[in-house]
Amino acid sequence: MASATLPLLRRNRVASSVIPGFGPTLGFTLFYLSLIVLLPLAALLLKAAGTTFEQWGRILGDPRILSALWLSFGGAFAAALINAVFGLLVAWVLVRYPFPGRRIVDAMVDLPFALPTAVAGIALTALYAPNGWLGKLLTPLGITVAFTPLGVVVAMVFIGLPFVVRTVEPVLQDIDLELEEAAASLGADRLQTFFRVILPAIAPSLLTGFSLALARAVGEYGSVIFIAGNLPGISEIAPLLIITKLEQYDYVGATAIAAVMLTISFALLLAVNLLQKWRRARMGGRG
Amino acid sequence: MIKSLWNDDIRQFFLAAAMAGLLAMGLATLIPGARAAETRTLLNVSYDPTRELYQAINDAFIKSWKARTGEDIKINQSHGGSGKQARSVIDGLEADVVTLALAYDIDAIADKAKLLDGTWQNHLGDNSAPYTSTIVFLVRKGNPRQIKDWDDLVKPGVSVITPNPKTSGGARWNYLAAWGHELNRTNGDQAKAEEFVAKLYKNVPVLDSGARGSTVTFAQRGLGDVLLAWENEAYLALQEFGDGFEIVTPSLSILAEPPVTVVDKVVDKRGTRALAEAYLKFLYTPEAQAIIARNFYRPRDPEAIKKTAATFKPIKLFTIDDVFGGWRKAQAEHFADGGVFDRISGRK
Amino acid sequence: MNNQAIREPALVRWTLTILALAFLALFLALPLMAVLVEAFAKGWNAYLRALSTDVTLSSIRLTLIVAAISVPLNIAFGLSASWAIAKFDFGGKSLLISLIELPFSVSPVISGLIYVLLFGLQGLLGPWLVENDLRVIFAVPGIVLATIFVTFPFVARELIPLMEEQGREEEEAALTLGASGLRTFWLVTLPNVRWGLFYGVLLCNARAMGEFGAVSVVSGHIRGLTNTMPLHVEILYNEYDFVGAFAVASLLALLALVTLAAKTALEWWHRDELVATGH
Repeated sequence: MASATLPLLRRNRVASSVIPGFGPTLGFTLFYLSLIVLLPLAALLLKAAGTTFEQWGRILGDPRILSALWLSFGGAFAAALINAVFGLLVAWVLVRYPFPGRRIVDAMVDLPFALPTAVAGIALTALYAPNGWLGKLLTPLGITVAFTPLGVVVAMVFIGLPFVVRTVEPVLQDIDLELEEAAASLGADRLQTFFRVILPAIAPSLLTGFSLALARAVGEYGSVIFIAGNLPGISEIAPLLIITKLEQYDYVGATAIAAVMLTISFALLLAVNLLQKWRRARMGGRG
Repeated sequence: MIKSLWNDDIRQFFLAAAMAGLLAMGLATLIPGARAAETRTLLNVSYDPTRELYQAINDAFIKSWKARTGEDIKINQSHGGSGKQARSVIDGLEADVVTLALAYDIDAIADKAKLLDGTWQNHLGDNSAPYTSTIVFLVRKGNPRQIKDWDDLVKPGVSVITPNPKTSGGARWNYLAAWGHELNRTNGDQAKAEEFVAKLYKNVPVLDSGARGSTVTFAQRGLGDVLLAWENEAYLALQEFGDGFEIVTPSLSILAEPPVTVVDKVVDKRGTRALAEAYLKFLYTPEAQAIIARNFYRPRDPEAIKKTAATFKPIKLFTIDDVFGGWRKAQAEHFADGGVFDRISGRK
Repeated sequence: MNNQAIREPALVRWTLTILALAFLALFLALPLMAVLVEAFAKGWNAYLRALSTDVTLSSIRLTLIVAAISVPLNIAFGLSASWAIAKFDFGGKSLLISLIELPFSVSPVISGLIYVLLFGLQGLLGPWLVENDLRVIFAVPGIVLATIFVTFPFVARELIPLMEEQGREEEEAALTLGASGLRTFWLVTLPNVRWGLFYGVLLCNARAMGEFGAVSVVSGHIRGLTNTMPLHVEILYNEYDFVGAFAVASLLALLALVTLAAKTALEWWHRDELVATGH
C-alpha cells in the first residue's frame, strides 16, 4: 500500500483549514451510517429494552447462555492470540524473506475474507472429521478437533487470520531500516532489536489486527456451526443460541443475547480505538 | 505535485470500475430467467427433507393444471428447518402454502401472525397430512453394534446421531418417539421415560441444527453408530450414499404427520386461493400418492399403501395426540426453555 | 537490505519461513484444496453440468446484482467518511470511527436479525410496508441491505488511516493555488489514496459476494429467486449434491483468487510509480 509517511513524522494540525466539504461529507457519512447501521441497531436495542428486569436476570443467570457466551468470547480470544502470533510471523516472512511463490502466498492470505463462511465450515469439517485428511492423522494421537470446542477455535483462527496479517504487513514494510541498523551498531542482537525496536513500532497495528480478528470471531456463525458439535453447555456458540431462540419465536430472548454480544463487542472496539488515539497523541507529542 | 498522469490514471480506474459494474449488470440480465416471469406463481414453503418430493409433485401438478385450465404456472420452492421456515412466514415471507414438519409450526403461524385461523388442520382430510412418516434407525452395514430396538441406543459406548430438538422438527419427532417407547415399556412411568431419554442424549456426540446436517455427519463424516432419522430420509440416504448402511425398524415408533395448509391472508391478497387449494388437493390424488410413495413417504391412499407393502415394514405406531396430548402441550412441556430437554441436557 | 547486521542467520530465516508456510498450508491451502478436490470429484463434465443449471445461474446473477449495488454505495460512503474524518478536526472522532467499524464485530446473524426486526411483518415498519405492497426482506432489497451492512466498513477502514497519513498540506496548497474543492479531491487526494481505495473495493466486493449468515436470515431461500451463491452452496450441500455445492464454492474461491491476483498484478505494474511517489 502506498502509505507515504510514518505516523511518527506527522505534523500537528492547524486548527482552521481552507479545505472545503466538511458539511456535505460529514453529513452524508452520518446519514448513511444512521440509515444502514444505527437505526437498525436501535430497533434491536429498542426490542431488547422491552425486556423486563426479571427476564434479564433469567437470561444472564442461565448457565447454558453463559457457557455459550464464554465459548464465543473465550474461543475468539484464543483464536485471536494464535492469529496475533502466527499472523505476525506470516507478515514478517512475507515482508522480509523473499522466497519463490511469495506473491501467490501473499494473495492467498485474503482467502478467508472471500471464501463464504459456510464453505469454509464445510471444508474445515471435511478436513478435521475423524475420517478426514487431518482427522485421520490426529485421531490416533487422541486429539479430536471436529465437533469439540477445539474445532470452534480452528474455524475462528481461519476467519481471523487475514486481519492480523493485513494490518501488520504495511507497517512492517514502512519500518525504517536505519533504525534497525542503528540498534545493531549500538550492539543489540537481532532478538533485542526485534523486541526493543520493531515490536514497539508494529504494536499498534498488531493490536488493531488482534482486536479485529477477535471481534470477527466472536460473532462468527456460518463456519463454526458445521465444526462445533453444538452440544449445549459444551460446544454451543452464542450466535447459535440466538438462532435457537428465534426458532422458538422467542424474539425477546434472541434480542437480549444479541444486545449483550453487541455491547461487549462495541466496548472492545471503542477501547482499542481510544488506546490507539492515546498512543498516537503520545507519540505525536514526542515527535 | 499535480501530475496529469495521475489524473488519467484515476479516470481510467473509475472508467474501468464503471465498466465492470455495467458488465456485471449486463451479464446478469443475459443469464436465462432474468426477466420477470409473467406467469402466475405459487410459493410453497417447506421443510428440509421434502426437496425431492416436491420437485416431482410440482412437475406433475404443473402438467395437470395446464391440462385442466390451459394456464402455465410456476411453483417456487423454499426449504429449510421447519421452525426457521415458519418464522420466515411469520416475518413476512409470502408463502401461498406451507408444508412443514409438524403442526406446531403452522399453529405458530396462526398464533403469532394471524395469517390463517386456528382451525386450519380440519380443512383437509387426514389431519391435513397427505402423507405420513415415522422414525427409524440407520446403522452401518452389517449392524456391528447389533442395534435392534430403542433399548440398544442407551447402552454404554453406543454413539447416537440426532439433530438438536430446539432447532429441528425431525429431532423433536426422534425425541418423542424415544420417550413414547419407554413410556410404553414401563406402562406410563414419566420419570423412567425422562431418565431413558436423558441417557440417550448422553450418547449423542453432535447436535446438528437440522436433519440433513445429521445425515451428512453420520453418512459422510463417519461419526456415530446409529442415526435416528425420518423413514424417508433413511431410504434417501441409502439411495444417495450407497451400500454402506442399512435400515433398522424399531418395534414401536411414532406416527409423524407432516401437515400442509393454505396461508389464507397471503392467497387472498395475491389472488391465488383457487390455485393454492387445487395444489394441496392434488396431493391426495392417486397420481400424487404414487409420487409420495416413490419418495419413501407413507401414502394415505389405500391403493398406494398396498403397493408399498414390500418397502415399508409393518411397525406399531402411536400418535402424538394419544401419548403427549398434542403438539402444543408437547412443545411447552419438553422443548420450551426450561422444559424437559433443557433439564436433561443441563445434567452432566 | 545489504547490511548483515540486520539480517537473521539463514537457519532462522528458513525456520521462520517454513513455520509460516506450514501454518498457512494447514489453515488456508488445505481447506481450499478440499473444496477443489470435492468440486472435481466426478470430473470436469460433472463440474460444468453442476454450474450450468438454471437455479445455479440465477444465484450467480443475484450475487452479481447485489454486489453491483452495494459496492458502489459503500465506495461513496468510504470516500465521504474518510474525507470528513481525515481532513477536519472535530470532537467524537474515535466514537465515529468505532461506529463505522461496528459492523465488523456484529455477528452476521445479528446483522440479518436487525433488518427482520425493522422490516419484518412483526417489525416496526412491517405493517406499513405491507399496506403499501413494498417488499424488503425475503426479496432483493433486504439482501442488498444486509450485504451493505456487513461490507460497510471495508472501504472506509482502508481510506481513513491512509488519508490521515497523507495530511492536508497538498490539498491546502492546491486550494490556495485556486483549484476548486472537487478538483482538488479529484486531482490530489484520489491519486494519493487510490491503492488503498482499490484494495478496499476488492475486499468489499469479495465479502459482498461471499456473505452467508446475514443474507441467510433475510433471504427466504426461494429457489431461483432469492438464493445468492453462498446460500445456494448450502442448499446444494443439503441436497447431497456435493459436486454442485463445491463447484459453486470453487467459483467463489476462484473469485477470491482472481481479485487478489488483480491486486497483485496492479501493484507490480505500477511499482515504479509507487517508488516515485515516495514510498
